[in-house]
Amino acid sequence: MNKKTISFPHMGNYSIPVEYLLKHIVDANIMVAPKISNRTIELGTKYSPEFVCTPFKYTLGTFIEALDLKANILIQAGGGCRYGYYSELQNQILEDLGYEFTYINLVSKGHTDLRKLYHEFKKIDPKFSILKALYYLLITSKMIKYMDNVDDYIRQNIGFEREKGALQKENKKMLKTFQNTKGLFSLYRNYKKYFKKIKKIPIDKPLNPLKIGIIGELYTLMEPFANYDLELTLARYGIEVKRYTNAHYLLFEKKREVKKYLKYAKEYVKYRMGADAVDNIGRTKYLCTHEYDGIIHIKSSFCTPEIGAMPIINKICNKYDVPVLFFSFDANTSKVGIETRLEAFYDMIEMRRKK
Amino acid sequence: MNKIKIGIPRSILYYYYGELWTNFLKKINCEVIISPTTNREIMEKGNKIANDEMCLSMKNLLGHVFYLEDKCDYLLIPRIDNYGVDNQTCTNFLAMYDIIKNLFQTPVLNYNIDVVHKDTEEKGFIYIGIQLGCTKKQALEAYDQAKKQTEEQKQIQIKQNLQKLKSKKNKLLIVGHPYNLYDDLIGKPILDYLKKLDVELIYSDLFYHQMTSKLSKQLSCELYWKFNKENIGSIPVVENKVDGVVFLSVFPCGPDSLVNELVIRKIKLPCLNLIMDDLDSMAGFETRLESFVDVIQERKRKHEQKNNLIPTYGKL
Repeated sequence: MNKKTISFPHMGNYSIPVEYLLKHIVDANIMVAPKISNRTIELGTKYSPEFVCTPFKYTLGTFIEALDLKANILIQAGGGCRYGYYSELQNQILEDLGYEFTYINLVSKGHTDLRKLYHEFKKIDPKFSILKALYYLLITSKMIKYMDNVDDYIRQNIGFEREKGALQKENKKMLKTFQNTKGLFSLYRNYKKYFKKIKKIPIDKPLNPLKIGIIGELYTLMEPFANYDLELTLARYGIEVKRYTNAHYLLFEKKREVKKYLKYAKEYVKYRMGADAVDNIGRTKYLCTHEYDGIIHIKSSFCTPEIGAMPIINKICNKYDVPVLFFSFDANTSKVGIETRLEAFYDMIEMRRKK
Repeated sequence: MNKIKIGIPRSILYYYYGELWTNFLKKINCEVIISPTTNREIMEKGNKIANDEMCLSMKNLLGHVFYLEDKCDYLLIPRIDNYGVDNQTCTNFLAMYDIIKNLFQTPVLNYNIDVVHKDTEEKGFIYIGIQLGCTKKQALEAYDQAKKQTEEQKQIQIKQNLQKLKSKKNKLLIVGHPYNLYDDLIGKPILDYLKKLDVELIYSDLFYHQMTSKLSKQLSCELYWKFNKENIGSIPVVENKVDGVVFLSVFPCGPDSLVNELVIRKIKLPCLNLIMDDLDSMAGFETRLESFVDVIQERKRKHEQKNNLIPTYGKL
């Protein structure tokens, strides 16, 4: 019998904690699928229905690439909007393509059925134990938190580093040590050590740099390939970037924060609007009132909750007179077009600053 | 004293609640203004107001609301989250109220259906009644009566729809949301054309919903959108009685894009997937509909021939 090989879709650097978690709790090969490339998106688009949102295409493409490399267990999450329904259709599409595999859906119908999951994992690895899983879940959650902390710092300063690429180089080194973490304490030690190093990297930051907040749909925000390295492009202009959404926020803080945002922006929204729409409206108000120079809203095409939020975001920005730029990324958006628009946007906010 | 004028846009939720609303509002002494059936002007206005990636039905709704804006005192736009566990709605239904409140000046009457958090339809209607100046008891009474009345009408419609299954003509099941099927610019031209081709149409929304929600599990066990469940649940009911299925959805409908794709992959009946856009040319659709009807006719003929031939083979 073939050895079991588990694979999962990519999102930014988060394949490292997921791989770490799976490696320790189940006895199977863990395969990190190839990095998202043009081939991935081509494959995904070819087999997807016409107007699904782009994350569907990215993840489907990743799955096909992984299956071609002999993976036979796929893991997908879900929830919020259409994302909750991805799994069943992707399962069917891949089956129709003739692959043989097991599909594990972590969140079905918006709830995690822990008993079912336990049985699924038990099937893969008869020695699967809950206690061990809980322990490694704890480490993984801490790892995600540390990664996000470091990312936040880098995002604020990457535009101003003296030696280009130094911050990311250290970050990569840190992630590499995270892969081989032995326990909670060693994780914490490595995090402290590298964060100190990262903070020591020389930075020429002016007193009051241009500041931009990036908001929008979660997958496009967190996967650099899906947003055409928007953050790095902004950094090249010497702009400080603020981004709220990260894995830690989505997993642990969202439930609490949404209520706060609803209260904060209550003159614009009364109810939850699905996925991250309300969060983004609240953030828009915050960014507008806290002297940010501009807002960039990005999403994948046809993301319904964000489309609903866009008119309201536009209204708030009009009221506070803050420029806002909307991007809608599809599988075949060209990078040049985006750069032109970004350049124009940058020129505009710079001119406003001088006035 | 002048009656309070309540505007109801003839779009999306009108096709689920229109009659209930009018019955209820008339009982508590309000004047109801319903926007006219969709025409080019309304559609174009909606297109202008809406975000360009919104779905066609949503654009349509905004057009209708614009028509009503200076003609009424209040707009009636509820917000619907879910009808219980695993019976959610599309996120547009969640956002509808907030979008309209922000885009238009007219005050919006609103109630919330969120059965998981115990906000039921009944509570919502009482809330509206109180806002319009009647007592809780009056509102409850009016709601009960209106509900009974509409329920009876609905039953008659469902019976009529199921009666059509006995017809000898070619029968097609039309799967789509009522706000698309019966809209004058979105679904109606298609349905009219099909009727012209002498086809009996069975609508997926006019079935007994309890039955269809359960049966939808045969096609998709993880589906959690209530309206989609009801739609696709009609397919197993009539599987052996109809000759083909037409899926009618608008561009870019979120739930339909995934669910229809999955169902088309699973069913064995001949099917046609129509996606409506705001282009006004029907020519392309006409060709497709004609050829589809030809296909099912040919299939039926062959099937009958085969059935007739079997006894003769038996004799030989």
